[in-house]
Amino acid sequence: MTQRKLTMAQAIAEAIGQEMERDPRVFAMGEDIGIYGGIFSATSGLLERFGPERIRDTPISETAFIGAATGAAAAGMRPIAELMFVDFFGVCMDQIYNHLAKNTYMSGGALKLPVVLTTAIGGGYGDAAQHSQCLYSTFAHMPGLKVVVPSNAYDAKGLMIQAIRDDNPVLYMFHKGIMGLPWMQYHEGATTEVPTDAYTLPFGQAAVVREGRHVTIVTLSQMVHKAMLAARTLAAEGIEVEIIDLRTLVPLDTATVLRSVAKTGRLLVVDEDYLNFGLSGEIAAVVAEHLDDIELKAPVRRLGVPAVPIPYSPALEPQVIPSINRIAEVCRALVDAKLKAAA
Amino acid sequence: MTQPDPDKMLWMYETMLVIRHYEETLAQVYLEGKLPPNIQKGLAFDIASGPVPGEMHLSAGQEPVAVGVCAHLTDADTVVGTHRPHHFAIAKGVPLPQMTAEIFGKVTGLGRGKGGHMHLFDLPHRFSCSGIVGASMPPACGAALAAKMTGSGAVAVAFFGEGAANQGAFHESLNLAALWMLPVVFVCEDNRWAISVAKEKATSVASNARRAVAYGIEGVEVDHNDALAVFQAAGPAIRKAREGGGPTLIEVKTDRYMGHFQGDAEVYRSKAEVPSLRQHDPIRVLEASMRRQGDLDDVAVERLRTRAQAQVTTAFEFARASAYPAAEEALQHVFA
Repeated sequence: MTQRKLTMAQAIAEAIGQEMERDPRVFAMGEDIGIYGGIFSATSGLLERFGPERIRDTPISETAFIGAATGAAAAGMRPIAELMFVDFFGVCMDQIYNHLAKNTYMSGGALKLPVVLTTAIGGGYGDAAQHSQCLYSTFAHMPGLKVVVPSNAYDAKGLMIQAIRDDNPVLYMFHKGIMGLPWMQYHEGATTEVPTDAYTLPFGQAAVVREGRHVTIVTLSQMVHKAMLAARTLAAEGIEVEIIDLRTLVPLDTATVLRSVAKTGRLLVVDEDYLNFGLSGEIAAVVAEHLDDIELKAPVRRLGVPAVPIPYSPALEPQVIPSINRIAEVCRALVDAKLKAAA
Repeated sequence: MTQPDPDKMLWMYETMLVIRHYEETLAQVYLEGKLPPNIQKGLAFDIASGPVPGEMHLSAGQEPVAVGVCAHLTDADTVVGTHRPHHFAIAKGVPLPQMTAEIFGKVTGLGRGKGGHMHLFDLPHRFSCSGIVGASMPPACGAALAAKMTGSGAVAVAFFGEGAANQGAFHESLNLAALWMLPVVFVCEDNRWAISVAKEKATSVASNARRAVAYGIEGVEVDHNDALAVFQAAGPAIRKAREGGGPTLIEVKTDRYMGHFQGDAEVYRSKAEVPSLRQHDPIRVLEASMRRQGDLDDVAVERLRTRAQAQVTTAFEFARASAYPAAEEALQHVFA
């Protein structure tokens, strides 16, 4: 199998194209996915290959086309529906959380809804509060949706093919800042060697992307790359950080998290979603529930967006989105911290 | 105007009998354990008690919409119904015992007791519905899109109430269906009541058929609650959809005999309204017309009524005799 470097956007488009070739039931629809190739290039070049019937530009009518994806899936198709920014999901939330996510359960498992919803997440480029959210915890919170959040091109392709072949609704969320777009600064680590052939990556298997013995960082998406850069700095100071890329939130690989925290005794969750009631709390709770088996050397720490909308000003946005420096600082503090002796 | 052939006419009549008898039985069973009022607990009506918990929305009076449309459909066609779904389900051929078991929350139900009366999913008959007002239209567009892309020749029908026509889903779906020339027929049941709010207080135009025209969709009005009139309006619309001619919207003036839900005090409408509506009961209207044409006599009517009752009785017996799902089922089937 030959390999070459692809951006995450190219890897996603390649995955969709290969699955559309393999299975005539697969088709894509969404806003600007045709001649434009998707605002974030996730469907780039597919219109030319598959034509407007299978690469279908939609009106800006999210309720209609997301609902239509559910209906088409119920009728035997395997739609991929792109809804540009996750921030826009509110306009069609009913079709997502009352129908797409619940109808399999309410049919007693009889109804399969193999829909892939793709969308862009994340900030850091001055697009403010309605175009910069992550919101993956919102969807992971609601039963019935699988939630995939890749951090690099290799994972992006394998997870996309897995998502298309899954018989369930999958929310596939890609961070704009790692897609490799020519109009946006991005982290090189997300552009990787990708095999030309089709392959799948199973859901529910986190990746240990860096091994270390002092602190475990649990994170995902763009924050994986920020954590890697922080880890490089910390290594020079003698602090070895282990980094876990969750890759999917539903299903969630708690075993890999617990194994790593048991090894390092220290946990930092780095999350670009809101801190309150979200992923970081979930991971912390999973560890807390296993304290009979895990000996912590320091309190659990969390870095996430505090309970504020993402601000616009370049003076403000970096204050709320976890930065490389802040990740490094918290790790240093963790290594110095001590659990109080039990009373 | 194409009249249904005698067999089809008989099917429509018998199906309306089944629907009405089914719902009358359901209305009685629904009250089991809920009445008499549990004064000690301070309740006038305990919605969770008895064999059928939760809200109950009955469709008595609206049978013509279901049978007049479904008379033109096959198992391969998709129907998406509303929160008031029984007449559609029965007319689409959803098996009565499994449907009743679902309403009882039993493991033998269509959804193993996880959906209940507003969420009936029957894959073989391509029937589903939704508890959310206006939500039937986008999935029906999707079923129609699937039919178009695979060239199956199937059509989809989205039933919705006149109150749902003020939802964004209505407008988005009409535009999408017209734009993509989808084989879908939108059927509006105008019973005049969006729960307690009258149509004239909620909708800016008298007819949603006129709204359809704004989207480049043919709008058809059926101004009386008559199974034959619905049949005649639905036939050309479904044929057009099947032949690639795109969507149609049909709005049928129909009558809701019951409250929005069972137990609804109906303070919003006059006590005289329902008795006056019932004077033109669509089942009797069709029966009279068939008798005039010699397609029905006393013997046949008696036979069909007995058969309808037997069917309903069997379904309720099946539901009562069925087991509840095991406790661990609560955690199963989140994913396929």
